[in-house]
Amino acid sequence: MRRLCLYILGLILAAGAAPAGVDVPVIYLKQQVDRPPTLSNLDPVPRDEGESGARLGLADNQTTGGFLGHDYKLETVIVPAGGDPIPAARDALAQTPFLILDAPAATLLAIADLPQAQGAILFNTSSAATALRSAECRANLLHTLPTHQMRSDALMQFARARRWDTLALIAGTHPGDIAFAEALRASAAKFGLRLSAEKTWAFDADMRRNATQEVPLFTQELGKYDLLLIADELHDFGRYIPFNTWLPRPVAGSEGLVPAGWAPVVEQWGAAQLQSRFRDLAGRDMRPRDYAAWAAIRSLGEAVTRTGTADPAAIRAYLLSDRFELAGFKGRPLSFRHWNGQLRQPIPLVTPRAMAAQAPLDGYLHQRTELDTLGLDAPESACTAFP
Amino acid sequence: MKQLLLIPALLLAAPLQAAEIWVTNEKDDTISVIDIDSLEVIRTIETGERPRGITFSRDYSRVYICASDSDTVQVMDPETGQILHDLPSGEDPEQFVLHPNDRHLYIANEDDAVTTVVDTETRKVIAQINVGIEPEGMAVSPDGSIVITTSETTNMAHWIDTETRTIVANTLVDSRPRHAEFAAQASELWVSSEIGGTLTVFDVATQAEKAKIEFAVKGVHPDRVQPVGFEFTEDEETVFVALGPSNHVAVVNARTFEVEDYILVGRRVWHMAFSPDKSLLFTTNGVSGDVTVIDVARREAIKSIKVGRFPWGAALRP
Repeated sequence: MRRLCLYILGLILAAGAAPAGVDVPVIYLKQQVDRPPTLSNLDPVPRDEGESGARLGLADNQTTGGFLGHDYKLETVIVPAGGDPIPAARDALAQTPFLILDAPAATLLAIADLPQAQGAILFNTSSAATALRSAECRANLLHTLPTHQMRSDALMQFARARRWDTLALIAGTHPGDIAFAEALRASAAKFGLRLSAEKTWAFDADMRRNATQEVPLFTQELGKYDLLLIADELHDFGRYIPFNTWLPRPVAGSEGLVPAGWAPVVEQWGAAQLQSRFRDLAGRDMRPRDYAAWAAIRSLGEAVTRTGTADPAAIRAYLLSDRFELAGFKGRPLSFRHWNGQLRQPIPLVTPRAMAAQAPLDGYLHQRTELDTLGLDAPESACTAFP
Repeated sequence: MKQLLLIPALLLAAPLQAAEIWVTNEKDDTISVIDIDSLEVIRTIETGERPRGITFSRDYSRVYICASDSDTVQVMDPETGQILHDLPSGEDPEQFVLHPNDRHLYIANEDDAVTTVVDTETRKVIAQINVGIEPEGMAVSPDGSIVITTSETTNMAHWIDTETRTIVANTLVDSRPRHAEFAAQASELWVSSEIGGTLTVFDVATQAEKAKIEFAVKGVHPDRVQPVGFEFTEDEETVFVALGPSNHVAVVNARTFEVEDYILVGRRVWHMAFSPDKSLLFTTNGVSGDVTVIDVARREAIKSIKVGRFPWGAALRP
């Protein structure tokens, strides 16, 4: 350990002593997607979602870089819905090996598989698909957004701790709903909870008018349960479920108590400062994808700061080593899982007004770190791209 | 008769110390004043919003309080508890040090990436120095020539020359540096890193790293061992280190850099202050809302004192 410290010290001194500048250009590449309509227009998705998180991370990096002679730049490339992101990705990769990607899973894989992307470092800040961290993983693709399963595991730890042992589920029909519902089922089994009833939400009525009439009857058929789970990742119908259920029961998942990578109510561990810096920059609250983009560019910055280089192979090796740690305002250091490139991180469980708890909860132990009780652990991951 | 018996008891008690520990309660906008003899809160004083850093003037006639959310440093008469005036502090002052000249306050502006220098006599800002993101830890060398600001997100100690009021060196430390102190007759600078979980010791003359101290609390995951505030004993042989959510204070040999002991205290232990003879140490425990009293010689917690919500800073008033 002492030898390791000396080695790090050497690196730090080398970084501090090197007067030669290091240029770190980063490109934020966003593939816009059409969002299906939702029942309520209360919560529009901001156009700069993700991008503003990257800009804040850039500003943080630039301040540190200013003291070390490291120059960070960020360019944003937006591909409109229906456009082909591949030429844009090729262009970007011709300029820099460091890309922050905001795109659907299939696009991420197509970009990661480009010949130009071999040896690059790509950050997935948009897809929660577990497959990207398992059989479909890529050595050049790191993930800062938590998976559906990290979030559902967080919720199930809480349900278990509260002894809400019997669950019911209402799931939407969009791909994101189906994937999150699948993760909820798997997490319930993982933590020994019983899913006693499930229904699919396929209504086309306008719930703002008749939620009080429809939802009690709809949920009456679920029978007895302790906690009602909602899989509605587009926030279409879920908002009309709480307080309208047949039984007086708490609601969690996409609505009610939400496991989230980030939320405006996270205020401990210095998070209030990150939140206010973000609000100053973007004029709105920081969302999970903003946080994922911020964490991506900050991880890159941390690796450049500590190694004093912008060589992608050296950066990747450092990011995946146990020397890397990111102060992510979640109460403990964040690091990358060396078997699939996923950023391990606590998951806040939030309501609109407060953080109710943060997973991993006390008592969920793991031989490596309690953070690995959330999401795919090494033995479960089919990823082989990370030796 | 009973009253007569009480008099010798009072006489015995009174000359012991008659000193106080002042604790800022971040989420109550108050200061709790603890009497060192009775180990009880004897006064609660209202402050501005979100009081954190606290320090007394050299003659203890003034107390300076960082009222972070009021964006000001308040100057209070400790006798009356009245706010005498506010000092311009820059935005979100979190922590500060008073220069040995008893006149210049060096203030870390957490939201602004700036260290502000305020003249407490003219009540004017005399300099602002750009530092890293989220500056917090502040230290001044005993001769007053160097001031240190540590920045939490930039992960550096910035060395500020107090003559020119410019940064003369920047040294990287582990993640989220929180607190800094000069030690070993000012030949060393110590910096705690909350997320890194370490204490870094620098040689002041060369600004080179001299040692790094790591901690291991039995039954606590290393991620939760998060060093924050620390204080040296009078002889500078021993340092007590608050380890945040591990709920322990470490006792470190300042010569060998070995950790000798861990003392269980309240939850999320933050900063600390000694009694005048340094026989007792008072730690602020943010989450449990109390102060733990440590018997320094026995290295044991002897009492918990309930204070306000989220106690943060602590300062001795002899």
